[in-house]
Amino acid sequence: MKKYLSFFRLRFTMGLQYRAAALGGITTQFAWGFMEIMIFAAFHRADASAFPMSFSATASYLWLQQAFLALFAVWMMENEIFDTIINGDIAYEMCRPVSVYRMWFARSIATRLSRAVLRSFPILIVAAFLPHPYGLAAPASLKHFILFLVTLVLGLLMTVSLCMLVYILAFFTISPAGLRLIFDSASDFFAGALIPLPFFPEKMQRIMELLPFASMQNVPLRIYGGSMSSYEMKRAVFLQVFWLAAITFAGNALCHLAQKRVTVQGG
Amino acid sequence: MITMEHVCKSYKIAKRNAGFGEALKALFHREYEVIRALDNVTFTIGDGEMVGYIGPNGAGKSSTIKILSGILTPDHGTVLVDGRVPYKDRIRHVQEIGVVFGQRSQLWWDVPVIDSFELLKDIYSITEPLYRQSLEELTELLNLTELLRSPARQLSLGQRMRCEIAASLLHRPQILFLDEPTIGLDAVSKLAVRDFILKQNQTHGTTVILTTHDMQDIEALASRIILIGKGRILMDGTLNDIKRGGENIDETVAELYRTYDI
Repeated sequence: MKKYLSFFRLRFTMGLQYRAAALGGITTQFAWGFMEIMIFAAFHRADASAFPMSFSATASYLWLQQAFLALFAVWMMENEIFDTIINGDIAYEMCRPVSVYRMWFARSIATRLSRAVLRSFPILIVAAFLPHPYGLAAPASLKHFILFLVTLVLGLLMTVSLCMLVYILAFFTISPAGLRLIFDSASDFFAGALIPLPFFPEKMQRIMELLPFASMQNVPLRIYGGSMSSYEMKRAVFLQVFWLAAITFAGNALCHLAQKRVTVQGG
Repeated sequence: MITMEHVCKSYKIAKRNAGFGEALKALFHREYEVIRALDNVTFTIGDGEMVGYIGPNGAGKSSTIKILSGILTPDHGTVLVDGRVPYKDRIRHVQEIGVVFGQRSQLWWDVPVIDSFELLKDIYSITEPLYRQSLEELTELLNLTELLRSPARQLSLGQRMRCEIAASLLHRPQILFLDEPTIGLDAVSKLAVRDFILKQNQTHGTTVILTTHDMQDIEALASRIILIGKGRILMDGTLNDIKRGGENIDETVAELYRTYDI
């Protein structure tokens, strides 16, 4: 356990060095946040009754999404990991008395957390001071807030677990290009990163909510705004835990298989 | 002790000719060629031996090292390193071995070398006193005092290689696999590295398996030579077995390759 904590610590402190990248990220996230608020405001003006949740809850969703982008964006995968698979540096990683799966898992969490730490506060603070209903509203209740934090952590673990699956599959395909094309687009769409899930037609929404993608950012962001019923929240948390266990188990098993069957590139 | 018996490993390589037409054809029909990287490889290495593993490019040297390190699984044959099967017992196996891949880097790029060392200390679960001891010894012998606080990316190749070798020995492995450790190094660094490895073998009795194209490395270090060509072990003897009078050692080796047609 100590080994993985060391990885985490090293990677986390490394990530805090990249201040210019953080500044760039914050700017982009502000731009996206404002743009999306305006788009949804236009839709709201056109037909407020068509909105599945209040405009204020939608705005909060969008701002939280931008603030915590580094935690949930599946496309922010570690290019270094793909590079080590392609050029064979993975040889060294496999020569360590550690589980490659756990090592990369700890590393991914560390990178995402260090990025989020740098980028989330400016956005959260500014959004909190924006005029109602365009800004970040207070959470629906204390209970909702606590559940929000819990599902935030679960969502982060779920995101990393899904990314791990892509890394392990890259062991088999070597080039990650095809995998990333599929996973990046599918995750963004099904996770509610483009349009929050409640805005989808009901039948589609019901299916999408059962997929692992819905267990990433969809759950905490909606719980915060209080737009889910008690039953829906319980179900969402259950699904998060279930998918986290399933995908982590599958990733780990695949990793063992990969190490047996795969050839390290380079002579 | 290291034993390899009748080890075989083949790779499937997809081949095609150049050109757009060929690339299109390859979308539908892949042509594969099976390369026998290792063909019935058998040898035994005792504790404390220093073995030079030589052969032309593509002979199967790296494949052997990868199998002995436990990161590659052979198709057939038995491999035993100190009673363990490397690729089956990977985590316990790699705890006891040190590997230096000359053409790859194990140090974290953006952080000071000492940070990478501290991380390795935790990965290999080295106790604090042992770590301090190893670090002191390695820093002194390899002249690393000024280098430890620099990020790896700002070191020259020779400096980085010395740090990499130190990194591989922090946990005091009994067996050391060196895959082209002096590649790209200047004369001073080469001598320093050779001298260091020799001392390690003399003071700690470390078993060393060295893969290299630099025959001066072999002359300085290896008491025993194993020649591999096209996947087969062709010779297992000493440097004296292949030396011919006053001839330049590279010419001797080239002639050797020609004789064996590899």
